[in-house]
Amino acid sequence: MASFKSTKIPIYPKLGEKVTPDTLYWKNYKAPVQIKEFGAVTSIDFSPLAPHNYAVTASTRIHIYGPFSQEPVKTFTRFKDTAYSGKFRSDGQLLLAGCEDSVVRLFDVSGKVALRMFKGHTKGVHVTDFTSDCYHILTGSDDYTCRLWDIPNSTELTSYKEHTDYIRCGTTSKLNRDIFITGSYDHTLRVFDARVEKSVMTMDHSQPVESVLLYPSEGLLVSAGGRYVKVWDLLKGGQPLVSLKNHHKTVTCLSLSSNGQRLLSASLDRHVKIYNTTNYKVVHNFDYAASILSLALAPDDESIVVGMTNGVLSIKHRKSPEGKQEVAGKQRRRPVYRVFVKGRNYVPKNDDFLVSKPVKSNLAKYDKQLKRFNISKALDTALESWQKNRKPEITVAVMKELDRRGTLKNALAGRDEQNLSQLLNFLIGNVVDPRFTPVLVTATEMILDIYQAVVGQSSVVDRQLVRLQELVEREIDYQQELLEVLGMLDTLFAASLPRKEVPCPGSSRPNGLAEGGLGAPVPQLQAA
Amino acid sequence: MVAHAEIRVVHRGGSKINFREPVITNDSRFLLCASGESVKVYSSSSEECVHDLQGHTDLVSGIVRNPSNHLQVYSCSADGTVRLWDFTDGILIKTFIIGYPIYSIYVSENHGGVVFVVVPMANDKSSELFQLVAVHLPRSEDQEVEARELSAVLCDVRPSGAASFGREGEYIAAAKGLQLEVFFFKKQKSYRFFLKPGNKKWAKNAFTCVSCHPKEDCIATGHEDGKIRLWRNFNQKKEYTYSTLHWHHGAVNTLQFTPEGTNLLSGGIESVLVQWRYTQETQMDFLPRLGGAITHIAVSPDGSLFCTSHSDNKITIIQSCVKVSAVIQGLVKGEGVRTNLMIDPRSKALVLNGKPGHLQFYSLHRDKLLYNLDIVQQEYIHEEGLDQFEVVRAAFDTRGDWLATVEERTQKGSELEINLKMWAYDEKTQSFVLNTTVTAPHDDQITAMCFSPSPETTMLVTISFDGHFKAWLLADNSDTTAEGASWSCDFVGGYHLLKPGCCCFSADGSLLAVGFQEVVTVWSPSWELLTTLSQPPGAIRDLCFGRLSCSKYLLGTSTKNQLCCWNLLTCSLEWSTPVDVSLLQADPLSENMAAFCSQSGCSDLFVFKPSEPLPLYSQRALCTGKVQHAVFAPRDQMLESCEEHAQWLNRSQLYFLTQHMDLMTFSTKSEEDRLLASSKRLMVDDSVAVTPFYLLLGKHRQQQEALTNPMAERIQLPQGSIAIKELLYTPAHVLPSASFLCSMFVRSLLISSSPAREEKEPVEEEMESEEEDSEGEAELRDARQDLGGSAAWGPGEELGAPALTKAQERELRRVKHFDHSWLSSLLEC
Repeated sequence: MASFKSTKIPIYPKLGEKVTPDTLYWKNYKAPVQIKEFGAVTSIDFSPLAPHNYAVTASTRIHIYGPFSQEPVKTFTRFKDTAYSGKFRSDGQLLLAGCEDSVVRLFDVSGKVALRMFKGHTKGVHVTDFTSDCYHILTGSDDYTCRLWDIPNSTELTSYKEHTDYIRCGTTSKLNRDIFITGSYDHTLRVFDARVEKSVMTMDHSQPVESVLLYPSEGLLVSAGGRYVKVWDLLKGGQPLVSLKNHHKTVTCLSLSSNGQRLLSASLDRHVKIYNTTNYKVVHNFDYAASILSLALAPDDESIVVGMTNGVLSIKHRKSPEGKQEVAGKQRRRPVYRVFVKGRNYVPKNDDFLVSKPVKSNLAKYDKQLKRFNISKALDTALESWQKNRKPEITVAVMKELDRRGTLKNALAGRDEQNLSQLLNFLIGNVVDPRFTPVLVTATEMILDIYQAVVGQSSVVDRQLVRLQELVEREIDYQQELLEVLGMLDTLFAASLPRKEVPCPGSSRPNGLAEGGLGAPVPQLQAA
Repeated sequence: MVAHAEIRVVHRGGSKINFREPVITNDSRFLLCASGESVKVYSSSSEECVHDLQGHTDLVSGIVRNPSNHLQVYSCSADGTVRLWDFTDGILIKTFIIGYPIYSIYVSENHGGVVFVVVPMANDKSSELFQLVAVHLPRSEDQEVEARELSAVLCDVRPSGAASFGREGEYIAAAKGLQLEVFFFKKQKSYRFFLKPGNKKWAKNAFTCVSCHPKEDCIATGHEDGKIRLWRNFNQKKEYTYSTLHWHHGAVNTLQFTPEGTNLLSGGIESVLVQWRYTQETQMDFLPRLGGAITHIAVSPDGSLFCTSHSDNKITIIQSCVKVSAVIQGLVKGEGVRTNLMIDPRSKALVLNGKPGHLQFYSLHRDKLLYNLDIVQQEYIHEEGLDQFEVVRAAFDTRGDWLATVEERTQKGSELEINLKMWAYDEKTQSFVLNTTVTAPHDDQITAMCFSPSPETTMLVTISFDGHFKAWLLADNSDTTAEGASWSCDFVGGYHLLKPGCCCFSADGSLLAVGFQEVVTVWSPSWELLTTLSQPPGAIRDLCFGRLSCSKYLLGTSTKNQLCCWNLLTCSLEWSTPVDVSLLQADPLSENMAAFCSQSGCSDLFVFKPSEPLPLYSQRALCTGKVQHAVFAPRDQMLESCEEHAQWLNRSQLYFLTQHMDLMTFSTKSEEDRLLASSKRLMVDDSVAVTPFYLLLGKHRQQQEALTNPMAERIQLPQGSIAIKELLYTPAHVLPSASFLCSMFVRSLLISSSPAREEKEPVEEEMESEEEDSEGEAELRDARQDLGGSAAWGPGEELGAPALTKAQERELRRVKHFDHSWLSSLLEC
């Protein structure tokens, strides 16, 4: 005697992106905090010191925000024109900023007035950075020069005029105080050594370079410009390693996650893409409301700060793990392990008479009804379960089972107004879902057949029927459009596929195709 | 053809066991059922087949217990004989020749020496009308007896299952159509009762079965519409009454009263055994979901065991209507084999679709169903006219790690539902576990599928009428998700929107050939169309790559009587012959190919190598009808046959299914000899369990009997020492009790004379004479009497006799009896 086989609830494949450890990690951020700045946010820099404040450069000001503050903890306003590139020194004490008025200013983080002013550039300075020994600074300007300055006496040490266009990005080596890299709108990246007169390495990005980034090991260099993100191997003399084209507008900013395993790129197309640095595949993607100009990650990825062209600063904080523990603590206390194993490991004695108890199988409610052939009740139960937890799979599976048994019509018949409207509600909600359509269309047809005679007696049901009709009509139009698109695509594919001649050896006349036959056969390929 | 005489087509396994009602023996230890041309005796507790009673030359059509001897059964057959068997030993006792094909047999305790058989009215097989006749079995000593004393009892009865004896055999009731006929033997008069045809939709009144109450005057009848009527007061024409019971929603297939008449059992298509309490008919017990539709119910004489036969070739043994205690399952053949025959590479079992929604694994060597694999995993609703999922295709990969199945459900007025399922072999549970389900893999029926034999990739190709073939690849995504590997579609191919019909991988998996109507396309593993081959007219029906040394050849058969062989190196036709090949099968272990050809209603077999168009072996008129399914099953051990034409059977055996769903195979002379020898050995082993005790006594006697010279006394001592040796070297826990052994041991040391025995002899002789008759082997009897008469016959008996109880004595005599049969077989050889 076989036991009753329960109704199979099909597991539908989850559409959309797959859940990977990366998605879990990067989704584990709270809803973003939005702060309105005065103008487009061009640069964000985190302080390396413990509270990890960050400097946000927007318009003519630099605001410094605390890690969880909505208001700036400090503001620097002594700029004559648009400020650029607010940068902390590695000890977090000094802040450096360029300006459209060609003057570079150095501030004490606690002070207000500029400690030093570096004058010499003739055009706006977009790039500033401290060298690794903390005593020099690097600047890059729209006057095509990049210069090194001495902080204590604010004098210019060297000037390099090798770029032939605006210098819009640059970075210094964290390991060697003499080496720095600049990127320019003349499509080149240049590596300079302060100890020699000329650049030591030049790489052609072939797009105006918007951002450069050195790996912590400083063996690899990442540059962004145009729609491309390119990775260069510095140890192999600047050989290009990979070229990524995942954005459809200019990539503006690059950043590395705290462990150096993930590379982030922000673009004017309002996306932030996260790459795996071992295979350079996109593992995650953030969407923002406006084009992104700047991006920074707090140490340990505690927060992601993004600045946009409309002046909105968006801060996402990582969800704290303590929150989860609290939720777990609130959960009902489960019975202890001992309760479950009670009596299970009892060993019967020799003269004990054993009464074996048949193993009871747990059937779902609708299965119990199906087992007894109570078809209407089974359908009712299934509908109830849909109302309770909104899982249409179960209801559809029960309907399919009833259809298989040839009793769906009987189960659908004989319902009053309330029952029928509940049923119609379900159909309206799910009939156009491609996963359920084959089953639900039959059910809908049956309902229309059965209740044809009573149409017009209840306003509720009538209204739902009209809704259903509209829904179906809309779906048909939609399908029509899709078919048209498919037809267009087919033509395009057919045009783009190379026509390949199949070898038809002349010697195989008896078994090959007749000469006037089908002509050159073309394999028909279809997207899987 | 003379040279081929020694390869025979033999019937091998998988015969029907649900053809007629099974019989449970009086002691409930055995169950007998008709199975093709033999009667099978199963042990009701272990489900094993104990004996196969062979002797009939046509279909066995009924078995009944001999009411006068509880160790014997009668069986009847379409060959026109009734045979009496001793089922404990599997011996044919007597054959009664009736002379007409018999369709069923009935007996009653109160009609001694008479059996009632159903024979056709006119004396030919094709007649549609049957009559029930009483046959007086003549008492005669002969082995074969002509029983020509027939007297008609009832005219116009159904060939089976519609007659039953009433209380104390006073009357017999038979039903056919809308008429119930009761014949009273004393009055020699019959009454007929009619029902209205019932032309309403749900009232089909025709009788389906009948059963009489064993103690009271009551007849239960089952009807087409699921009703059961209980007839009473039927010993007159007018004032009969009946009450109606209704639970079944389909026709009642069978009814049976329990021996005491307290319960009525009924079964039908619902596969629910219903137990009605007699006189309290509102109370019912149910035993649901037994399997296929119930076709017969049998009850043991003491009422403790029931057994039900099911339409899916199964017998279920039920203990007192609550618990299924055993299931005897034959090969399920159903309405047709939808999947091809396959061999499971692991268990070497034959695999085909069995129960609805299941695949069955059938061991060919043991002729036993190993297990059923539930493919559909849905509750089967036993109702007529319902479209349910059926397994239509299945394929194994070369190592047996993967199984792919296709299930299909066609419903009137709605689209085809197809599921493709991939099953992975689980080492831990030793069975297949569902890995991936693909709903609607194709838009139309899947016509063929095959796994790639290449060891690097696990790939499946499915071919469908929707004009495409798809390649499915096992994608190992275990690094991203915890679910492990699953299957996904890798490639969709087609050729000019033609409908593909068949596909085949080359032996190394480097080429895939797909037949698109007249055109054969050959694809590389990177899905490039390499070449096309064609031999118009006629669509390609079957494709097969050559193996081993012939792997450069591709064979194809077309609908227009063409068998072609292409050379893939030159892409040209090597040879072709005009034969109508219905099935082409390649031996996986050799280069040989088997082609079944249909010619004027018969099937011929040709075995050949692709390299030469001359057959290695051919057999004309194999069987009637087309052979649609065949498979090469690898042998356990290679045969070393040196004859050239039998060499193709050395590595593997060819099994095929005929139109009538009989499983046949080819066997060679040497193989048959070997089988015969082993079965002989088995029979000897069967008769006496090989225990140390048996060895002790058996050897003891064997030696004595081998030396039937008057000098027997002289070798008493060495024989005794052997007994001592046996005694000393046998583990103590398997020895009989010491009190029993002691006397024997002591006596074996003594030199004894045989005085006390003489008085006992005549009595014994008498008792044995019955059995001797039953055995009926003249020379055996002679041999035994010789032995019995001689002085040497005694000692074994003599040794034990003084210390033995009556029961032990009888047991010993039985042992002795077996010994002789064994000895005689030795002598024959």
